[in-house]
Amino acid sequence: MRDVAIVAFAQTRHAGHDTGLSEPEMIQPVIDEVKERTGLGRFGFTCSGSCDYLAGAPFSFVSALDALAAWPPISESHVEMDGAWALYEAWVRLQHGDVDSALVYGFGKSSLGDLRTIMTLQLDPYYLAPLGLDQLSYAALQAAAVGADRAELDEIVRRSRADGRSNPYALDLPDPDPGEPDALVAPPVTDGAAAIVLAAGDLAGQLCSNPAYIRGIAHRIEPHYLGMRDLALSASAADAARAAGVGKGPVEVAELHAQFAHEEIILRRALELPGETVINPSGGPLAANPVMATGLIRIGEAARRILDGDARRTVGHAAGGPCLQQNLVTVLEA
Amino acid sequence: MANRCAVIGVGQTHYTTKRRDVSIAGLVRESALRALDDAGLSFADIDAVVVGKAPDLFEGVMMPEAYLADALGAAGKPMTRVHTAGSVGGSTALVGASLIQGGVHDRVLVVAYEKQSESNATWALSTHLPFSASLVVGAGGYFAPHIREYMRRSGAPGHIGTLVAVKDRLNALKNPYAHLKIPGIDQKMVESTPMLWEPIRYLETCPSSDGACALVLSSESKVTGTPAWVHGTAMRSEPIFRAGRDTVSPQAGKDCAADVYRQAGIADPRRQIDVAEVYVPFSWYEPMWLENLGFAAEGEGWKLTESGATALDGDIPWNASGGVLSSNPIGASGLIRFAEAALQVRGMAGDHQVDGARTALGHAYGGGAQFFAMWIVGREKP
Repeated sequence: MRDVAIVAFAQTRHAGHDTGLSEPEMIQPVIDEVKERTGLGRFGFTCSGSCDYLAGAPFSFVSALDALAAWPPISESHVEMDGAWALYEAWVRLQHGDVDSALVYGFGKSSLGDLRTIMTLQLDPYYLAPLGLDQLSYAALQAAAVGADRAELDEIVRRSRADGRSNPYALDLPDPDPGEPDALVAPPVTDGAAAIVLAAGDLAGQLCSNPAYIRGIAHRIEPHYLGMRDLALSASAADAARAAGVGKGPVEVAELHAQFAHEEIILRRALELPGETVINPSGGPLAANPVMATGLIRIGEAARRILDGDARRTVGHAAGGPCLQQNLVTVLEA
Repeated sequence: MANRCAVIGVGQTHYTTKRRDVSIAGLVRESALRALDDAGLSFADIDAVVVGKAPDLFEGVMMPEAYLADALGAAGKPMTRVHTAGSVGGSTALVGASLIQGGVHDRVLVVAYEKQSESNATWALSTHLPFSASLVVGAGGYFAPHIREYMRRSGAPGHIGTLVAVKDRLNALKNPYAHLKIPGIDQKMVESTPMLWEPIRYLETCPSSDGACALVLSSESKVTGTPAWVHGTAMRSEPIFRAGRDTVSPQAGKDCAADVYRQAGIADPRRQIDVAEVYVPFSWYEPMWLENLGFAAEGEGWKLTESGATALDGDIPWNASGGVLSSNPIGASGLIRFAEAALQVRGMAGDHQVDGARTALGHAYGGGAQFFAMWIVGREKP
């Protein structure tokens, strides 16, 4: 495979409420930031991830093109998935060998609707969606299957929010109240966007002093029906981690797309991460969860440790579908 | 450079207004099984699945690939969902081909669909975004002014649209999968139908169809059966609100065509391409795209249509399958163009086969005529 590296990453200062910005207005600053950092005004390929249901209107990606200055016309595609899958598509496209750079972005404003209910609509429309199972309910089913100790879950939430408070891009959320009833802590409703530039071959070293090379990247999906899966495990995350080669070396930092504390436990096991790996130093999705960009931000945060010279080998992870149905894992190296 | 890629299986459902007998999952699985059967393969032989469809608001299922994973045999494999507006079917084929061209996989299943009977496309396309004016009713309302501008610029006579409406429906009579079959269709019948969006009459528009289309794509070493070789692939996008953008003959379409022709070594599309499957959802888009794609000089596209050159027995048949005007499961309509191009060069198009077709163009467009996806397929290896 051709060497491809992340050479720039930018994200919005995520907001816990609608700040009145349109989607193109939210995206444009992060696009400008990665253009400025790399000095690239045009890219060989562009790919984005977003979801029409967040805006409640079709073609959310159409107006996003206005933020790109896509003129003359650009070679561009879009996935109705987290931006992490747009990054995967761009990585594949760079393997062709005829273009050397790619712009990837993901964005979403979950403040515009009722995310918990909207997520019901990604269930089987005939047999599951009519049951009205919302995102919290199916996450709770999985939490019950994991059966983790309450203290362990609370500590994950406390650590994530504390890390989030020291991350200028994440939300300022208080420590969980020990007197709170025994309930699932949900990720915060968040608006935000992120952008990444990929460069292949010699271009990576020319654009950046510490490129974060993608040494492995893979994704897998598993059956949709919750009853067909062992919810305490994530077979697709484990398969993707093996295919990406997570276990081939030490992992200093892992940024996991765990929207709930119990998902972090499942994913640590699936990726076979050792105890010394630092999990979600950015605060992770429990500190900022701009849906459709959250997974891409995990990859960006994992890359940033290498771009800043603070780590030599990190892992970024993204998930989709109910109860971690779909997982993407990438291994980044200095 | 990129690895070779071939289409080795094509599967389509019989396009129709309502498929009450199957769920969405049943519909996509039907097309996938036909494509696998054509390639002599099973789900176990597939490395990855790519799904495409138009906006999720149509059927009201958000990110339906999660629900479709089981029906498409994707569990344990990578699955991707593409969405690039009306061009999505074409883009889905290109994303699948890219996985093979990039050397990541050997066999990829590509599926695109729409179940319009469980959907309301005109409603979903007419929603009113906050803080922006909604000036259109459905796609026809958006595109009719562009057509009128084409007529003004080119001086095309008013009956050209009806010629395309008749020609494509006559072709559809020879395609067992086509939705609209109107025996005895002629210009008079088209002209007798109501005006929907001046100058588009009822029979000059595409139908609303339920349907799915699937392709099996393969690397060179894993080819089975009869391959259609991919000679070029290209996508282009331009911003919808750019001032000065030419919506009649968009630059993105011209650039996309130039890119795919360069890869396939095509200097003169009219002579070097044997058959073209082009996204024509409203009759007038045939002459417009004839010019945009370089088959005719600017202002001359309607003359090519009028001369009969684009008919099945003409020298450059366009939409031998009956095209989008005869079958329109929206998200699949682009992939059907790509699939029909492959069927032609494989010599497997049946009664609508263009004799001796060796090189074919598949084309799709979407959004405000701003997203383009194209490929050139050929009988011989590139």
